[in-house]
Amino acid sequence: MLSAVLALSLLAGFFGLVLGYSAQRFRVEADPVVDQVDALLPQTQCGQCGFAGCRPYAEAIASGEADINQCPPGGEATIVALADLLGRDPKPLSEEHGEEKPKMVAVIRENECIGCTKCIQACPVDAILGAAKQMHTVIADECTGCELCLPPCPVDCIDMVVVETGLSEWRWPLPHSKDDFLRGEQATTDEAA
Amino acid sequence: MGDTRHNLHRFFGGLVLDGHKSESTTLPITRLPMPDRLILPLREHIGEEDKLVVGPGDAVLKGQVLAQATDYVSAPLHAPTSGSVIDIGDYPVPHPSGLNAPCVVIQPDGDDRWIELPSQETSVEALTPEEIRRRVRRAGVVGLGGAAFPTAVKLNPGPNKPIHTLVLNGAECEPYITCDQMLMRERATEVVAGMRILMRALGAQQALIGVEDNNPSSAQALEQALADAGERDARVVSVPTRYPTGGERQLIKVLTGKEVPANGLPANIGIVCQNVATAAAVYHAVVKHFPLVSRVITVAGAGVGQPRNLEVLLGTPVADLIEFCGGYKADASRLLMGGPMMGFSLGTDQVPVIKATNCLLVQNRSEIASENGELPCIRCGECAKVCPAQLLPQQLYWYARARDLEKVQDYNLFDCIECGCCAHVCPAHIPLVQYYRYAKTEIWAMEKERRKSDLARRRHEARQLRIEQEKAEREERMRRKKEALGRVGAAEPEDPKKAAIAAAVERAKAKAAARKAGININSEQDGGA
Repeated sequence: MLSAVLALSLLAGFFGLVLGYSAQRFRVEADPVVDQVDALLPQTQCGQCGFAGCRPYAEAIASGEADINQCPPGGEATIVALADLLGRDPKPLSEEHGEEKPKMVAVIRENECIGCTKCIQACPVDAILGAAKQMHTVIADECTGCELCLPPCPVDCIDMVVVETGLSEWRWPLPHSKDDFLRGEQATTDEAA
Repeated sequence: MGDTRHNLHRFFGGLVLDGHKSESTTLPITRLPMPDRLILPLREHIGEEDKLVVGPGDAVLKGQVLAQATDYVSAPLHAPTSGSVIDIGDYPVPHPSGLNAPCVVIQPDGDDRWIELPSQETSVEALTPEEIRRRVRRAGVVGLGGAAFPTAVKLNPGPNKPIHTLVLNGAECEPYITCDQMLMRERATEVVAGMRILMRALGAQQALIGVEDNNPSSAQALEQALADAGERDARVVSVPTRYPTGGERQLIKVLTGKEVPANGLPANIGIVCQNVATAAAVYHAVVKHFPLVSRVITVAGAGVGQPRNLEVLLGTPVADLIEFCGGYKADASRLLMGGPMMGFSLGTDQVPVIKATNCLLVQNRSEIASENGELPCIRCGECAKVCPAQLLPQQLYWYARARDLEKVQDYNLFDCIECGCCAHVCPAHIPLVQYYRYAKTEIWAMEKERRKSDLARRRHEARQLRIEQEKAEREERMRRKKEALGRVGAAEPEDPKKAAIAAAVERAKAKAAARKAGININSEQDGGA
């Protein structure tokens, strides 16, 4: 009886020490959940979720302050991915935060630009190039389509343009959504023949 | 025919299909009359779009460069004939999307006048592998079997991948397609000469030419050409007719018994595989300096008047080829680019033929009747029995359909060669390959998006850091200024400029004093003397 109690207490003490040591030795500074959530967000840094960028929103989700359906640029895909990660049920996009739109980029109407640099200061990813009293332009490849450059522009010379689908962006649809040439268009083919 | 002593192997799965090869091989390869206009897409190959070097209204000569290659994995585009550039803009291109893409449109002047080419024909033995690759690259040669991968890239497997065997792919396994067959039959000497050049570029000791056993005339022609050229390191091997023997991995397995590793290239096991038509194009590029401006294309199918093989300038509209072959029959129902197994249907016949076009197939109503009506999968497992990549098509189908893009990759989606065997045997007529293509393009799009969002994150973080640094620097400056101002009232001015002036004044005073003293000494000395 005594030996059993002693053995168990010794074991408990030993494991306690090991655990205590490893808790100190292998401490993780950042919250890994925040990183995981941040990786799923589209990084537009648009602030439509009500937070100052994607990382703050990720922190809010991880701490339970914000819901997972507040990211319009990510849309349904992001909500599903977040629900999957956090083990919650997916829910529709919250209407007060905006609606899902096709991918867009900002384009400056360059002959109207007065070179005020206000949009440059607003761009969260430094995708606008220019200097004071010089024409500005958007680096399309680096623009996230966040629209944050629109409100500060004093002459409203920035347009949001939907990104066109080229051959390299085209995706195969799931079957049964495609029309074939010739099928059902027999009249025109007869003419061609 | 062929070498009966060669030990053949067998790849898993595959199908024996009705070849339909005889219809289009009754007539010799014929050159198509000059079309009214040529449409050349700027992106004909895998890789980046080419950079245009001509403008609207420019006169061009046959073989003149229209667009330059922009990166390593791309090939330049040449004018297929002399004429003028009448437009540069978006036109329908042969692509499953049916989308328009940037093209150069040339109106031929009918003279077909070549640009000045280096006249001397060089002997192959005098050329280094680098020079061969340079000429192949300059001529815009890409794989003519259908994938259009730039050949010069394939000829450069890297220093730590020695190549011992060149496999020439003459196994045209897909039904209806006979362009390689006719080319081997009529131009075997060019194929053999190209093979020698490829072997030299790769440093390969031997070459194996795989030809299907339903095509003895081509094998015979090649053997004759090999004998005429005195080639001892190459042999024609007759392989069993079985779809998809013409797949790179399948042909290598049949000829050598070796398997190309998943996510690897044939070069990893010391083999490079090239199509026979590519070999002929390499011969023209290296020996005669001709850029790739035309190719042989099969026009076939029950829906076209006279199936045959045509030598066609790149950029010729599909409609011109069909018309030359007797036009559409009344029951023509579908136009495919490529064969019945791997081809894709075209939305219009105004698209041009490109380097990758090997066949135009016009199917009639009876040929596509069986495809209507997808039924539920009954899990019979027929698809797994025929898959030459030894995948589980059924599982891939379920996960692709459920849009589970992670799971579908666990089942090795990217080892699928899209041969279409699974869909062909499916009793439920499920268009399986399209599900796989859907999943593949979705995954690529997802990865692209992820890369873009990673870039945005990095740029955002860099910006944040910069703003913080600037703020800290500003605060630091303010603090110093404040401190300096605070000291003015409290202690002596510590301005370095003023101190410097004061020091200079001191020095000047000291000098003046010294001079005065010196004069005094002198005068004393004078006085003393």
